[in-house]
Amino acid sequence: MKILVCISNVPDTTTKITFTDNNTQFNNNGVQFILNPYDEIALARAIELTDGGNGTVTVINVGEATTEPTIRKALAIGATDAVRVNAKPHDAWYVAYQVAEYVKTNPFDLILTGRESIDYNGSKVSGMIGELLDLPSVSIIKKLDIEGDMVTVEREIEGGKEVLTIPLPIVAGTAEGVAEPKIPNMRGIMSARTKPLNIIEPVEVKTFSEIISYETPAPRGQVKLVSADDTAKLVDLLHEEARVI
Amino acid sequence: MSVLIYTENADGKFKKSTFEAVSYARAIADQNNTNLVAISIGEVSKDELTALGKYGAEKVLNVSNAKLKNFINQAYASVIAEAAKKQGADVIVLSNSFSGRGLAPRIAVKLEAGLADGAVSLPEQGNGKFTVKKTAFSGKAFAVVELTSANKVISLTPNSYKVVEKSVTPAVEDFAAEGNASDFKAMIKEIVRSTDKVSLPDADIVVSGGRGLKGPENWGMVEELAGLLGAALACSKPVSDSGWRPHSEHVGQTGIAVSPNLYIAIGISGAIQHLAGVSSSKVIVVINKDPEAPFFKVADYGIVGDAFEVVPKLIAAIKEYKASL
Repeated sequence: MKILVCISNVPDTTTKITFTDNNTQFNNNGVQFILNPYDEIALARAIELTDGGNGTVTVINVGEATTEPTIRKALAIGATDAVRVNAKPHDAWYVAYQVAEYVKTNPFDLILTGRESIDYNGSKVSGMIGELLDLPSVSIIKKLDIEGDMVTVEREIEGGKEVLTIPLPIVAGTAEGVAEPKIPNMRGIMSARTKPLNIIEPVEVKTFSEIISYETPAPRGQVKLVSADDTAKLVDLLHEEARVI
Repeated sequence: MSVLIYTENADGKFKKSTFEAVSYARAIADQNNTNLVAISIGEVSKDELTALGKYGAEKVLNVSNAKLKNFINQAYASVIAEAAKKQGADVIVLSNSFSGRGLAPRIAVKLEAGLADGAVSLPEQGNGKFTVKKTAFSGKAFAVVELTSANKVISLTPNSYKVVEKSVTPAVEDFAAEGNASDFKAMIKEIVRSTDKVSLPDADIVVSGGRGLKGPENWGMVEELAGLLGAALACSKPVSDSGWRPHSEHVGQTGIAVSPNLYIAIGISGAIQHLAGVSSSKVIVVINKDPEAPFFKVADYGIVGDAFEVVPKLIAAIKEYKASL
């Protein structure tokens, strides 16, 4: 089994998000970048599925050279090899297009992404890759099992779940529940240095979106504290003042 | 040109998030002095379809092909893209629901359209530009995205645009479409939808518990409070990581982002990752015994106190309030 895991390089979850240049650029000064947490889940499941020599796991990232520590981390966790498409990830369409082009000449049985990246939260790349390759795609899955050439996934729906069976190959976006993220061990870290990381140049493609500017949420006013003995006052405030109940 | 809205249904009924998306699409149609066409796929009654007029849909396309009874994103995307072409629609709107996320990217690729996912307000149009504000950095910020393509797809964040009533009597038409043969590889084996629970992403009120509740056995009072308020249940990451509650209830940067009218946090300290997922809630109430908990800094109302004393008292106060109605 050949599995491709698409990975993103994103600001650490503890990052305080700020912007520069009149709120047009993300301020990455002092920001620690990490492997997108949902992609870690995808990678962990891919490694489980190919455990014991039962296949290979390739990670692919569309990014500039600065993303290589994150790619090496994925190799340390257990990916077999890596591909970096040497380009700025302009938007989800651009990234999906590059991945789809790569897959056209390097076929895989299963393509995984995280359900979304924690920077732009699009949940778009898996569906776009699916459409570009005319493959089934499932955007937010909580479980994934393979038997023969059939994959069974559990998909999140409002207030419940849906179970689907689909013949491979498919594209799926993984969420919590699919696997526990793996921590690289010393042997993994050592071997990651020598595992293949192939750098390929992007294909040209027209893009359809541009980020113009950023905004941060409006700050809230001072908290109104209510005494623990006066919960009726809180109910009153929620009804009369906030009008939410 | 016109605006096309995909009206998602659950078991044949439209949800509030669908009406929000119809209202939002109506406003975009008004911005451009054009028509709003709705498309519904699956088994939905004539009355339910006609009710879409209440939110401004002038025409409703009804796709009731048996093959398309259940949601298969690949096939639904084909049908919606075909409808967009036939209707000459250049703006396609849908809800950024779980299913919407599987659908929007495929529609966008089919129509070579820019996609603004998770929109939180109406587009701004002028000087030949079309920009949409969307959530970014998991609720820590917003990004204003310009869509530069002729066709545009917008998915709307639930609870971010109010339902607006605008009575129109729509023309309900059958739309014959069946998708492509290669669209039906996925087979649905099982759909489990609990009807007694409020769904978290589009809930008006959310009651959320953290580590301060000490163990899963103490969720009874949280459930009682949620039940009284008609609220959905949620929890912090440590709680779902410990297996006290399912992952589907985890709210925060690596869980679900919510934007309810009221978010009640019980025994949650307010780590930056959790705050990211709830920052767009309209009103936040925090109950925590630690007056220094960071959550109080972003709360509208707070009670400093032990959850095991405060929550039962709050339940009693709400019962009293409800009895007085």
